[in-house]
Formats: sequence, structure tokens, C-alpha cells
Amino acid sequence: MEITRDRDFRSRQLAARQMLKGELEGPDLDAYVEERVWTTTLDKAANWARGNAFMPATFGLACCAIEMMAVVNARMDIARFGFEAFRASPRQADVIILSGRISIKMAPVVRRVYDQMLEPKWVIAMGACSSSTGVFNNYAIVPADKFMPVDLHVPGCPPRPESLVYGILKLRAMVLARPDHDWRTRYGGRGTEEFAESELALDPAAAHADNVTGASGRMGPSA
Amino acid sequence: MPDATGLELLAQELRDRDADSVLDTEHFRGQAAVHIAPGAVREVLEQLRAKGFGFLASVHGLDYFPEEPRLGVQYELLDMREVDRITVKLRVSLDDPTVPSVTPAWPTANHQEREVFDMFGVIFDGHPDLRRILMPEDYEGHPQRRDFPMGGEAILFTHNEPHLPGWWQ
Repeated sequence: MEITRDRDFRSRQLAARQMLKGELEGPDLDAYVEERVWTTTLDKAANWARGNAFMPATFGLACCAIEMMAVVNARMDIARFGFEAFRASPRQADVIILSGRISIKMAPVVRRVYDQMLEPKWVIAMGACSSSTGVFNNYAIVPADKFMPVDLHVPGCPPRPESLVYGILKLRAMVLARPDHDWRTRYGGRGTEEFAESELALDPAAAHADNVTGASGRMGPSA
Repeated sequence: MPDATGLELLAQELRDRDADSVLDTEHFRGQAAVHIAPGAVREVLEQLRAKGFGFLASVHGLDYFPEEPRLGVQYELLDMREVDRITVKLRVSLDDPTVPSVTPAWPTANHQEREVFDMFGVIFDGHPDLRRILMPEDYEGHPQRRDFPMGGEAILFTHNEPHLPGWWQ
């Protein structure tokens, strides 16, 4: 449902004042409520919140990282889109920007950082190197698609900050449009989990182990 | 730089110590170089240090692919008082790429010899910890050799998509 905009601002303001005083009644009150109430699904609301408040991991690889930093500065000011809170820990981040070339020695590290992030999570491959190895197409470099699911490629060498901002907005549109956020579902990765669900089930004995604070408030076996 | 005459005098001094150590001298564009036998590298560098070349600026490898012996190691020495440089060059074959390590005398050579080993596969005898430094531990081959394939990944573009079947697996 959309807010109707046929009434001008002043009259809407007057209606709001009347409503607060309790003077609005009958069909006027119905119309007022209809104008102001917005119904949506919880999923959509959650997506809307996610898409407008990304928290990228503080993670730079090479020269593209300089452009990535420029995106946070006053000129581009990615904070306008709720993207500026670069988190120092992958556990708190939901976007990782692969800003630069990834050597085959670095790839396991990048993958580990990605695996440590919590779902839902997204990946932006920034620049030519992380998408196609660019000018460094040699024995040392590996493209990001080979070892992790990339949601968005931003071309350029390096891309200008505007490009990255455009990419971020594309990613936001993607998040708003696609309700499913599990990367295994998005990229057909079901069945590639390292551990089966059953293996991840909590051991009931471990839950009551000595070093867990129980009802007695003990902090460890020696206490 | 030692001039051409100075270089010959220096080479003669090295020959006086061990007649087989110096194979050739080279003075090219103001750059002095002595070609030595691989086995004599420790003695030659020690002798040059006594002459004032007290700073080992660089150790690096080379691959002269079609020529034999193929692999080369070069040592750049710097005399900090005279601001004088000299290059010590040696060549080893692929069948026996063994060079005595100079790390015990010049600790700076430690990582540089590891890099030469990593990239060219030259074995440095007497190196305290000769393993790969840049490439992953399980990497196969020595990528800076000239017969090493260019490598890299087959990159998927729209124009070659039909020619890279199964790239997604």
C-alpha cells in the first residue's frame, strides 16, 4: 500500500494534529489510518534492514583497497547507504570486499575469513584481479570464483570509488529482491558442508560440563 | 665501480689465492663483474669483504634458458666507504644445481637464498633452513624458470565461454 500524495503537505499536517487531539472520527479517521499504515512481510522488512545496513569486513588485499577506503571518505561517503561500519572481525561482518589480487598462498586465508562470517553473507570481488586475475594472470594468482561464491564483480583496474558505490547499490538491490540469503542455496552448494547437521548437535554432557557456569555459579572445575 | 684495470687487478688477486676460482671478468657499461666457479663462492666473497666490499646488497637467481649451464646466481657487493660496487656471478647446471650457501658468513643472504631456491630451484649447501619462502609449501616446480608454463587460470569471458566446458565444476 502506498502513501497517497494527492493531499498537500499542509493539510496532512493538520490532519495529524487533529488525530493527536482525538478530534478525527469516522471515515476521516479510516482514511487517515489507511494513508499511514504500511503492511509488509517480516522477510521483506528484514531484507530492507539488511540491504540498508551492510557491515563490510575490514579487509584489504592490494591497490583496490585504497579505492575501497576512498569510498568511506567524505566525497563518496558510503555512510549515506548505511555501509560505512567496517567491522574489524569477520564474525560481525556480512560483506567481504575482495579488494585486490589473491595469490594462491592467500586464497586459503581469504576463504577462512569468509567461512568465519555468519550467514547471511555476501562477497564483492572488486577489480580485475580478483575477478579474472587481470594483468597478473600468472602462476601466483587465483581468481576469487575458484574458491568462493562471489555475488558481485566490480570491473576496473582499480575501479573508481563511484564504481564500487554503484556495485554496492547493485548488491543492495539484489538483497532486497532475493529473499534467500544462504549462499549454499544461492549457488547450489547444498551438501558441501564440512560437518553434517547431526555432528553439529550439542553433546548434552558437554552442556553441563564443569567449566560452564551452572546454577551454582561455579566458574571452573577448581572453584 | 672498479674501472677495467682495477677489476683485472682484483681478479688477479683472487686468482693468486685460488687459480681456478675466477673464470672470467666483465666490465660492461661501468658495471664490474667477476665470473667465478660455483664452489669458490665462499672464499671469493670472503676475500672481497677483506678488500672492503662489506655489504651484500643482493643475491638473485637467473635462468639463461637455452644456454648451458642454465641457472645463475649473482651476488651484488657494495663497498660503503668507496661507494664501489662489484657483481659476483656464477653458473650451475640443472643436473647439479648446488652452490655453497653464504648464509653463515652473510646472514642477509638467508631469505634471498631461500627465494632463489623457491623460484629457480638452486640448492644452497649449508643453508640453515632451505625451504620455500614465497610460494606455498606444497607448490610443485620453480616458477621463475623459463621453461615453466606461464600458468594462470583459464579465465571465463563471454567470448571463450563455449570453449571452457565444465569450468564451473
